[in-house]
Amino acid sequence: MATKTFSVAKLPGFTTTAIIVFIALYLPIFTLVAYSFNASQSVAVWGGFSWDWYGKAWANDQVKDATLRSLIIAVSAALISTAVATMAALGTTRRKAFKGQTFIYVMINQPLMVPEIVTAVALLIMFGIIKQATGIQGLGYVIFAHAAFCIPFAYLPIRARLEGMDLSLETAAADLYATPWQTFRHVTLPLLLPGVIAGAMLAFVISLDDVVITEFVKSGGQDTLPTYMLGQMRRQLTPEINAISSMLLALTVVLLTAFFLLTRKND
Amino acid sequence: MSAAEQAQAAQSTRNGWLLSAPALVILTLFAVGPLMIVVVYSFLAPGKYGNIEWAFSLEGWRGILYTKDIFDDTYKLADANVTIFWRSIKLSLMTTALTFAVGFPTAWFIATRPAKSRALWLFLITIPFWTNLLIRTYAINEVIRNEGMFNTLMMKLGLISEPIRIIYTDTAVFIGMAYVYLPLMVLPLFAAIDRFDMRLLEAGYDLYASRLQVLRRIILPIVKPGIIAGSILVFVPSLGAYVTPRVLGGGKQMMIGNFIDLQFGQGRNWPLGAALSLTLLIIVTIALLVYVKYANRDTTHGH
Repeated sequence: MATKTFSVAKLPGFTTTAIIVFIALYLPIFTLVAYSFNASQSVAVWGGFSWDWYGKAWANDQVKDATLRSLIIAVSAALISTAVATMAALGTTRRKAFKGQTFIYVMINQPLMVPEIVTAVALLIMFGIIKQATGIQGLGYVIFAHAAFCIPFAYLPIRARLEGMDLSLETAAADLYATPWQTFRHVTLPLLLPGVIAGAMLAFVISLDDVVITEFVKSGGQDTLPTYMLGQMRRQLTPEINAISSMLLALTVVLLTAFFLLTRKND
Repeated sequence: MSAAEQAQAAQSTRNGWLLSAPALVILTLFAVGPLMIVVVYSFLAPGKYGNIEWAFSLEGWRGILYTKDIFDDTYKLADANVTIFWRSIKLSLMTTALTFAVGFPTAWFIATRPAKSRALWLFLITIPFWTNLLIRTYAINEVIRNEGMFNTLMMKLGLISEPIRIIYTDTAVFIGMAYVYLPLMVLPLFAAIDRFDMRLLEAGYDLYASRLQVLRRIILPIVKPGIIAGSILVFVPSLGAYVTPRVLGGGKQMMIGNFIDLQFGQGRNWPLGAALSLTLLIIVTIALLVYVKYANRDTTHGH
């Protein structure tokens, strides 16, 4: 006799809602990508398939300029934040809890708790004062602003990796007369490396995606790709924006997939 | 503790601080320190062409809610400001409610998948989470604008004769925020549901509970920490949102974030901007403290 199976974990309407949510989540993104291949001048009318807008975006000096700047900032910010986050992670794990550790945690996670717009305004004011007093211009301001808010993103995967690490290998190295530096260089660091790379990648993506802080901190002519796009959105939209978005999207997906493979291996 | 052990512990603590020092220096200089300057600026007088004048003034703080009458110098409640605060709070609460309403079934769905496909579904939620916020906002813009996908489709189907104007309204900002912040709700909910023991449901059904009773009396209380975490993670960035209301609200449907921006641009009232930033920070901090309090209570009293 066929009976309708009763699953305890099933709740009416939940699966339908979930499927609708996934469609709603991806449909706008797919539309955006699809229209980047639109041959027509307007974003409204479909005029057939073409690669034109990618070519146009590629040939646009402002886009090239902004892309290069975005990459310089993201690489610098990722390197700085990962270096200091690795040290901080080594300093706050694998030793007896010490006084002030909570303070260090709060400081490191501060960028996650303060609304971006508040940090943006604060940096705008502070950099304004510094620029007026010293006359120093340049990309350094943006880089250090990014490095600061990237620290918690770099710190978390590194700390997670350290906490799951077996201490006996290091003890073994020390027993075999390795100096603390040799132990770190040849035992700890190689074991820690996947966490460090994962942290650096998150920091890179976070820096690459930032709009608000960059928008307030940058000087004239220091557009990054996201601030350039934000500026364009006030004007007549062409599928060029879609083409740029799609490329940025592809880069994010590639990095994320790599991140997941990297962090999953050792589970 | 022997003297040697004590010395070792002191050494360990010192190393902990030394290793953390570079990160702390960067964070002090570029994250925490600047906030102190904002505090100072909020108590100064506005300069004529932006920036500040070095004179103590409470006008910035007063300006959050009150406006000076240009004729008789009396203070009146600033309606425009109240509207912006109310919109920010209302839209943030609505966003939190909607993301919960659709995020909970989604998280439940993911958590009840077989182990193998679960990772894939979770990955599908994570991709939008890491995708540039501006791109996602722009994607929603593509769907809801007058010539966008939604209106084109509805007109093709003959359901409407002219486009429904959604873009540049509160509704557009609401839809946009719910869209961009949804993963922040689903991820903590999933984490909570994933730990949920499904046998409790069997027990509930065995005792003749209806589906609604099971949901209300068993599931929701147990996954409450996840609900609170998700709500905070959505509410906090919604309240401080800048990009989404700017792109989808078209400059008119301002939220606090845009209002702060305005003070440093056309508004030329930096002290007010500083005071508004701190107000936002205070509200967010209170929300986070409430969260910490609830989260701790749940871990100490659970089980």
